[in-house]
Amino acid sequence: MSQKSKTRFMGVLLAVLSLFSAGQAQASGGSSEPFVPGDFIFDHIGDAHEWHILTWGETHVSLPLPVIAYSEYSGLHVFMSSHFHHGHESHDGLGLREDGKLVEVFEGQELVEVLPRVGPELFRSMVTTEGQEPDAATVELIASFEAGEYEKVAAQVSSFEILPYDFSITKNVLALFVSIGLMMWLFIGMARRYQAAPDKAPTGFWNLLEPLVLFIRDDIGEASIGKAKSHKYVYFLLTVFFFIFINNLLGLVPIIPGGANVTGNIAVPLVLALFTFVITTFSSNKHYWMHIINTPGVPWWLKFPIPLMPVVEIMGVFIKPFVLMIRLFANITAGHIVLLGFFGLIFIFGDKFGPGAGYGVAPVSVAFTVFLYFLKFLVAFIQAYVFTLLSALYIGMASEEHEHHGEHEHGENLAHTH
Amino acid sequence: MQLVTPGIGLLFWMLVSFSIVLVILKKFAWQPILKVIKDREDSIQHSLDAAKRVKEEMAQLQQDNERILAEARKEREGILKEARDAKARILAEAKEKATEESHKLLESARSLIASEKAAAVKEIRNQVVSLSVEIAQKVLQEQLKGSSAQQQLAEKFVKDLPLN
Repeated sequence: MSQKSKTRFMGVLLAVLSLFSAGQAQASGGSSEPFVPGDFIFDHIGDAHEWHILTWGETHVSLPLPVIAYSEYSGLHVFMSSHFHHGHESHDGLGLREDGKLVEVFEGQELVEVLPRVGPELFRSMVTTEGQEPDAATVELIASFEAGEYEKVAAQVSSFEILPYDFSITKNVLALFVSIGLMMWLFIGMARRYQAAPDKAPTGFWNLLEPLVLFIRDDIGEASIGKAKSHKYVYFLLTVFFFIFINNLLGLVPIIPGGANVTGNIAVPLVLALFTFVITTFSSNKHYWMHIINTPGVPWWLKFPIPLMPVVEIMGVFIKPFVLMIRLFANITAGHIVLLGFFGLIFIFGDKFGPGAGYGVAPVSVAFTVFLYFLKFLVAFIQAYVFTLLSALYIGMASEEHEHHGEHEHGENLAHTH
Repeated sequence: MQLVTPGIGLLFWMLVSFSIVLVILKKFAWQPILKVIKDREDSIQHSLDAAKRVKEEMAQLQQDNERILAEARKEREGILKEARDAKARILAEAKEKATEESHKLLESARSLIASEKAAAVKEIRNQVVSLSVEIAQKVLQEQLKGSSAQQQLAEKFVKDLPLN
């Protein structure tokens, strides 16, 4: 009975997936363009100005998002991304480039007006390719630009794109807000519940969260920073852990409001690592810097006359948070890429050998995807844990109190032996 | 390359919203939650300590009880023993007194008897004397008329009479 229902469920799942695939293939391919797995994958892990939900034949169902952009030439622009009609049209002088970036396009008379405000440096960089000698026509173009013959230049370049400062509420930004809202709802609710009945043992969902909170407080905070100081940093550790964990999990949910690649977008780990870096630096004590400048337990000739160790240690100060950023970004992005790669197999096979091959390979793809989902579930936790643990360790290292006396003696002894 | 180039928009929103979420969660979630957890831990520790203390106190109390019981038992035994001793002593004393009394009584009875006997003998002697005198008188009156020799003879007889 249960076996039967399971098979039926799988059947439904496959049907849904193949519907999805049919739409996708059409969307990415228009009518007969081949399926490009790279575009398909990067489309999904990248950011977008609209939240694509479903494509059915020629109909695109997506959630329009607000575009907020500032340009030095045309000021502030605020409008809904639905005006772009999925990237086919431009609005208010702004349009979407092939790679999804918001660009400001100047053409015709506008171009003549805007060119004087573009400096010669920027103009030169835009018409030439870096590392290549400009050809004769380009040299002439730059010469006429510098001479102030803007109409002539405008006639030659026909259109001119610049990137405005894009503060749009993109898919990732919205997903970020959703996750933050979820966090606030969860933990402020938890706090309310705890305050309402402080003597009652936690039940249900809170019982799931409390061990995690305790785990971070005791096994990450207190273990890495020390009992005396960890209470100052435990709030940051808790926030970082649950932020990463919740966003990783939401990234696994395939439908809106999940499915955005928030922690896999370099900007998010960058900000998180920046917080770790700032907190580490501000909580560092004299000893930490002395350790960097004059590393104990290292032969003196590594420090003088060429300060090899100090240089390495100072680089380490920046490399540590940088590695935090890269680790989180790469793990989550790589997971998404592999997952989408297995999905892409269906369409690659369907494209190359006909729909039959696509359907044939689908069960294998789905099986791998299910396996990867479990793996990514684990990774979601592990990456949140690792980021928090390493942040705590770095903070602990920077703020650690040493037995000054003992350490000094140790260093001097070493100096004498060499 | 676009993948590893942070977009200014997300960077900005992330910086702003993460700072806000950090501050808000610290104030309205983590601090109250951790405080309640800490209080609960403290109260559990407190209760455990109290239970341990009460247990110790109970053991102490039980020990005291046993000690008091033992003492009471000992005291009872002492009292009983004392009572028994007292009984024996009283009995002995009474016996002794009684013996003494009886002795005394016997003694006094004996002396009384002796004195009575002496008095009786004395009286009998007097009686005998008077009787003998009377008898002799009568006899002499009958046989001897006023002869003093005879009177002296009679008296000598009476005197030698073994009356004791």
